Amino acid sequence: MNNLIKGEKHDWEMVIGLEIHAQVKSNSKLFSSSSTKFGSSPNSQVSLVDAAMPGMLPVINKYCVEQAVKTGVGLNAKINNYSVFDRKNYFYADLPQGYQISQYKYPIVGEGKVTIDFKDGTSKDIRIVRLHLEQDAGKSLHDQNPSKTYVDLNRSGVALMEIVSEPDIRTPDEAGMYISKIRSILMYLDTCDGNMQEGSLRADVNISVRKPGDEYGTRCEIKNLNSIKFIKQAINYEAKRQIEILESGGSIEQNTMLFNTSTGKTRPMRNKEEAHDYRYFPDPDLLPLEISKVEIGKIKSSIPELPDELKNKFIETYKLSNYDASVLTAEKKTSDYFNETINSDPELKNYAKIVVNWITSELFSLLNKNNQDLNNSPVSPENLGQLIKLISTNEISGKIAKDVLEDMFSSGKTARQIVDEKGLQQVTDQGEIAKVIDEVIAENPKMVEQYLAGKDKLLGFFVGQAMKLTKGKANPKMLNDILKQKLNKKN
Amino acid sequence: MSKSSLKQTLKDLDIKKISIRELNQDYLKRIKENENLNVFIHFSEENVLKQIDNLEKDNSAKKLKGIPIAIKDLFCTKSMPTTAASKILENFNPTYESFVTQKLLDEGSIFVGKTNLDEFAMGSATNTSFFGNTINPLSQENEPLAPGGSSGGSAAAVAADLCLGATGTDTGGSIRQPASFCGVVGIKPTYGLCSRWGIAAFASSLDQAGIFSHNVEDASILLQSIAGFDQRDSTSAKVDIPNYFENLDDDLNGKTVGIPKEYSIDGIPIEISQIWEDAIKVLEKKGVKIKNISLPHTKYALPTYYIIAPAEASSNLARYDGVKYGFRSDEIDSLDEMYENTRAQGFGREVKRRILIGTYVLSAGYYDAYYLKAQKVRKLIADDFNKAFKECDFIVTPTAPSAAFPLNEKQNDPIKMYLNDVFTVPASLAGLPGISIPFGKDKNNLPLGIQILGKHFDEQQVFNAAVSLERSYE
Repeated sequence: MNNLIKGEKHDWEMVIGLEIHAQVKSNSKLFSSSSTKFGSSPNSQVSLVDAAMPGMLPVINKYCVEQAVKTGVGLNAKINNYSVFDRKNYFYADLPQGYQISQYKYPIVGEGKVTIDFKDGTSKDIRIVRLHLEQDAGKSLHDQNPSKTYVDLNRSGVALMEIVSEPDIRTPDEAGMYISKIRSILMYLDTCDGNMQEGSLRADVNISVRKPGDEYGTRCEIKNLNSIKFIKQAINYEAKRQIEILESGGSIEQNTMLFNTSTGKTRPMRNKEEAHDYRYFPDPDLLPLEISKVEIGKIKSSIPELPDELKNKFIETYKLSNYDASVLTAEKKTSDYFNETINSDPELKNYAKIVVNWITSELFSLLNKNNQDLNNSPVSPENLGQLIKLISTNEISGKIAKDVLEDMFSSGKTARQIVDEKGLQQVTDQGEIAKVIDEVIAENPKMVEQYLAGKDKLLGFFVGQAMKLTKGKANPKMLNDILKQKLNKKN
Repeated sequence: MSKSSLKQTLKDLDIKKISIRELNQDYLKRIKENENLNVFIHFSEENVLKQIDNLEKDNSAKKLKGIPIAIKDLFCTKSMPTTAASKILENFNPTYESFVTQKLLDEGSIFVGKTNLDEFAMGSATNTSFFGNTINPLSQENEPLAPGGSSGGSAAAVAADLCLGATGTDTGGSIRQPASFCGVVGIKPTYGLCSRWGIAAFASSLDQAGIFSHNVEDASILLQSIAGFDQRDSTSAKVDIPNYFENLDDDLNGKTVGIPKEYSIDGIPIEISQIWEDAIKVLEKKGVKIKNISLPHTKYALPTYYIIAPAEASSNLARYDGVKYGFRSDEIDSLDEMYENTRAQGFGREVKRRILIGTYVLSAGYYDAYYLKAQKVRKLIADDFNKAFKECDFIVTPTAPSAAFPLNEKQNDPIKMYLNDVFTVPASLAGLPGISIPFGKDKNNLPLGIQILGKHFDEQQVFNAAVSLERSYE
């Protein structure tokens, strides 16, 4: 695959690394018992600890630790028996303590990797440097008053997992696939709800460009992107910006950038000189976090089947392609739906590819069109299974099946009901088909003459006419065979 | 001035020789007579009377029912403001009660007021308070003396008999040194024995609550009341708390005392060397084996402390930013200005000095040379003690290098001031329990203190040695 982008003068390669911030799925915060519910009224979920009142102390939420360990296992990563919480010191209005409790030198999870799968059947590993636990900050609200800033501390202290990748990513698409894959793993594990709109999953992107084979260039970091679309846009814009500077003889300043979602442009937030000195040091209010091998083992054994395992199982059991299987397993709800569909009838396992197509193209496009989600699809897996069974036994044609699915989607009826009510069964009676063909031949003598004179293309015309008369229900293969037979007899 | 002890008062109350109201009115009277000492940041007679009313209606038996206690104004209390002796928390009213003060309330004690301290407990003379100096009750008319610090208000409150006991906090000597200066008993227990929950933090890895009292028995009763595990403090220890008072035993026969040679430093007054020797002699007479020990890293303790404590403080005090509570400057044009002006105007000189030191030693490029090295030395100092305690049951040293000094003497020389902590800081760095008891006087008839250090969570041994020395001295 050619990953290079063309500049005015050279080809350039992007070098991209991601820092993903994933909110830990947990009812209470990392160091306090306040609720983490999204969208509550401002400052309604703030404990004395979250507001950093004098004398208040953090106490680690064990559940969040388990969630981080689980995630580490899901990322094929090393779990550290010993990790340390550090204070990252800086002043901001929505950071009540004046420091964020994070992990610096000793993170809870070490090196790991995830695999992304391409359409052409190939795949690539993206290495993970570390995962650490940290507190989220509150929110500054600048738009409530013309001269004042308000602070909402509901999010203050909510647990985040920061997942840092190696700079193994080379294209915006790979970045998108990587974040989708991480999101997928977290959702299978139920350690993050994956909701990017609500900010449960966001990313900082580090990007530099270089001529192929060169050393890494100077990188810029684009902060706080909360959709895959924006991540790709931001990378594209930033790479072009850097290439333009380099090709006109300039050099890249190591800046922290912000991405403006309405203009699609990045702009510098602060440069290297203005970078904070966070004065990290171990938080003396907390003891080092020690997790025994036994505890890790317990957590490991509680882990559900993950997308890659499931993907391999699908490939093996149903002979699906790597790509089909990865599409199917990208989201747990999709693989669950597939499993339920294919298990609804013992015959269906022989038609796995058809099942995949009907889920990922027909059903998905209907859901999209109607702004609905697979989790509450009006068509149940059993009903879809029934529809596919009708196709596979030639009871209805694929073309008619599409109309039936639409009907199922809007009416909630089963495939069987619709086919019976509307009499949509395929006509497979030879005599009946022959009778219709005779009619068509008799009504179009001129066309028959032309066909016999060598205009083969007219065969489609006769098929169309015959289908029209059977309202599309004639078995296409039989129709074709009989038509050819009859026309040839005329010769 | 005849001071009755807590133990005696509990008996008197029990046999109804005196009522809770009579008792406390006696103390209220003395508090009002001694307002010139500036012992309290917050005192309200009304509040005390209200507590008396409530206790009179309460029929349940409580261990400290009606006992007047003074609280260092670093402990958050619901019934009284909590200032940490600072302008930045001048009008702060906590909605919560610290672990230690809640325990004392549960036992039925009466809080007579919140005592003065060095701002955020940073100081050794109670002269950095936003609310002015506290005067040592032992001062002569013509020369006011410092009560020591940072818990100088609490030490003075006990010394002037304005209460039967007081809480303090000790980070590098803030209980033991003022106890020595004011001629009272002060114990800093093992780090982790009393929860830090609800105490405005100075240096989290060193801060520890403790007690001032008239004598060792009283200290053992009061420490019992405030000790215990608290799940809200991750550094709080899950240990069984023995009944210190019931177990008090002044028979030290067969025990071994360690005498660290590194504590014989140049330039300390002869009287201090003398009382140290006297204490050793007394112990020897009681059948205690005298063991000369070495704590070789002692000389590094002070610089180590003055890196670690400010480093933690610089971060702990970041929360006082004018955003959520406390003082906010009204000269603000931007967020940065709010921080700058609020903190410049809200903190005093000593606090600012330590925030700057702490920020410096944690900065990129300096961290390894200062903070990291200090942590390593701290470990060596702790190891010194661990080794020494294999050969002895407790250690005896002087508490402070001088008796109480005149109020203004070291005002402008921070280094001189920091030297006050030279004997108390090593045990703080090691997290060990230490008590200071009055033992002898200097040439001006000012009290001097002897410090007894024990093994981790061996407060009982510390009390036993202390009570033994105390009884021999009386």
